[in-house]
Amino acid sequence: MPAEILDAVVVGAGPAGSAAALALARAGRSVVLLERGPFPGSKNVYGGVVYGRVLDEVIPRWWEQVPVQRWVVRRGTMALTGSQALSVDYRTQAWGEPPYNGMTTFRSDFDSWLADHAVAAGADLITSTVATGLIRGPGGEVTGVRTDRPDGEIRARAVIAADGVNSFLAKEAGLLPATAAAEHTLGVKEVLGLPASVIEDRFAVGPGEGADFEMIGVTRGIPGGGFLYTGTDTVSVGVVVSLTGLAASAVRPEELVADVKAHPAIAPYLRGATVREYSAHLIPEGGYRAMPKLAIDGMVIAGDAAGLCLAAGLWLEGVNFAIGSGLAAGRAVARAVGAGDTSARGLAGYRRELESAFVLADHKRLRGAPRLVLSERVQQRYPGMVCDLAEGVFTVTNPVPKPGLARLARQSAKRHGVRLSGLLRDTLSGARVYR
Amino acid sequence: MTAVGDRGGGWPETSFAELIGTVEFRVGQRAHITVDSGVCRSCTTKACVTACPANLFAPTADGGILFSYEQCFECGTCYQVCNNEGAITWTYPDGGHGVVFRNG
Repeated sequence: MPAEILDAVVVGAGPAGSAAALALARAGRSVVLLERGPFPGSKNVYGGVVYGRVLDEVIPRWWEQVPVQRWVVRRGTMALTGSQALSVDYRTQAWGEPPYNGMTTFRSDFDSWLADHAVAAGADLITSTVATGLIRGPGGEVTGVRTDRPDGEIRARAVIAADGVNSFLAKEAGLLPATAAAEHTLGVKEVLGLPASVIEDRFAVGPGEGADFEMIGVTRGIPGGGFLYTGTDTVSVGVVVSLTGLAASAVRPEELVADVKAHPAIAPYLRGATVREYSAHLIPEGGYRAMPKLAIDGMVIAGDAAGLCLAAGLWLEGVNFAIGSGLAAGRAVARAVGAGDTSARGLAGYRRELESAFVLADHKRLRGAPRLVLSERVQQRYPGMVCDLAEGVFTVTNPVPKPGLARLARQSAKRHGVRLSGLLRDTLSGARVYR
Repeated sequence: MTAVGDRGGGWPETSFAELIGTVEFRVGQRAHITVDSGVCRSCTTKACVTACPANLFAPTADGGILFSYEQCFECGTCYQVCNNEGAITWTYPDGGHGVVFRNG
């Protein structure tokens, strides 16, 4: 372990930590980047799409070198019941050309690639090392981290805790509660192998192009949703469910994934595929209202540790928020070190930068979304209602005359226990949340 | 937990053993999970048993919890859903050990 006092130590070489280390190294600051896994990304799981626009400012033409699986040109949102599916399926060739929009990848590849950029800029990456606790100065300020290596103390002018959703450093610092099941979801995923040409035929995409579908109504009433997306020669399928809902249901997580795989609208995509890897990870989905304080004396938190995943129904993003927060954290720490003040006040520029950029601006704007999306009506009543409405519209009832849309809407609402007043309330609150 | 059958997906379901067998674990010497079974005996929900995606927790006849740590995804579900404070102590495995996701 380095004996001198570093400018910064970054804990966690995920997208937040590597982005922070990259920004610090580019600013000429000495920085150690700690990773507890044997390589960056080895502990990480994501659920569909990585949006790389945030990289434009730091890695010009990143798309020419990023370890992409497929560029997403098809983005679908599906409402499912046991035997029905209503899809909004958008595709554009623009997303399959530079500068691109979203990609599928493997986190072992993507996170390692981003960490390589931090190392190339001058950061010192130390893998297979757990940061086990904070070192505090006489005034309680954070002055470094202890690790599980012999002589493993690392002293630094500032610590950036990018140690993920379970952030034990943020918990030790009192920024996060020990447990908060209501603010977390569990993602469970199966990665299945299929030949690339079969994937392209089934998903109607060209070589190098991919699809990402997200679903509601397929989690046995447990708040959450399902997902399905394409890699080069894999398809990934899984669910993201509320932890409290999962615990109360007593349903096993792999059963929920099996449900999605067996759904008549999903199964044909997967026929004949073989399981390559099973995985699970927690997601901080509490949004803006659950977000902790981001800076204390000598330390800032970034990425999942700061609860920066955006789970807003239409938009499910995390890696880009991690990178955005990591870059801002790295820049703020570099400035604070330069000014000789890494107290909470000296680090306050971090939050200001996040507020003026998408990271906190999006979260603030969409702060009501998690509650609406996970509400009982959106989860359990509306999928069936819209499916029945679509079925009524497209079922030909000859010789009985067509029933008319208003009557069909009333019937399907009634069948699913949806009252007009509740529907109006949700429409208004949806308009407010997404305004 | 080996629920092999056909739900209409067109192929047999994958058994849990088969699923977990796809994952690489570099098992460390130290158990990074400990469970105080004495506390578990007073627990009425035992949510860890069903919620853990790696299926590491099993109820015992005397009302306690039997657990293993070797094939853990390190997700944190168990301690988050645990409703008896202090029953599950959960830390990260030692550096370089534990789960290694290749396709995460």
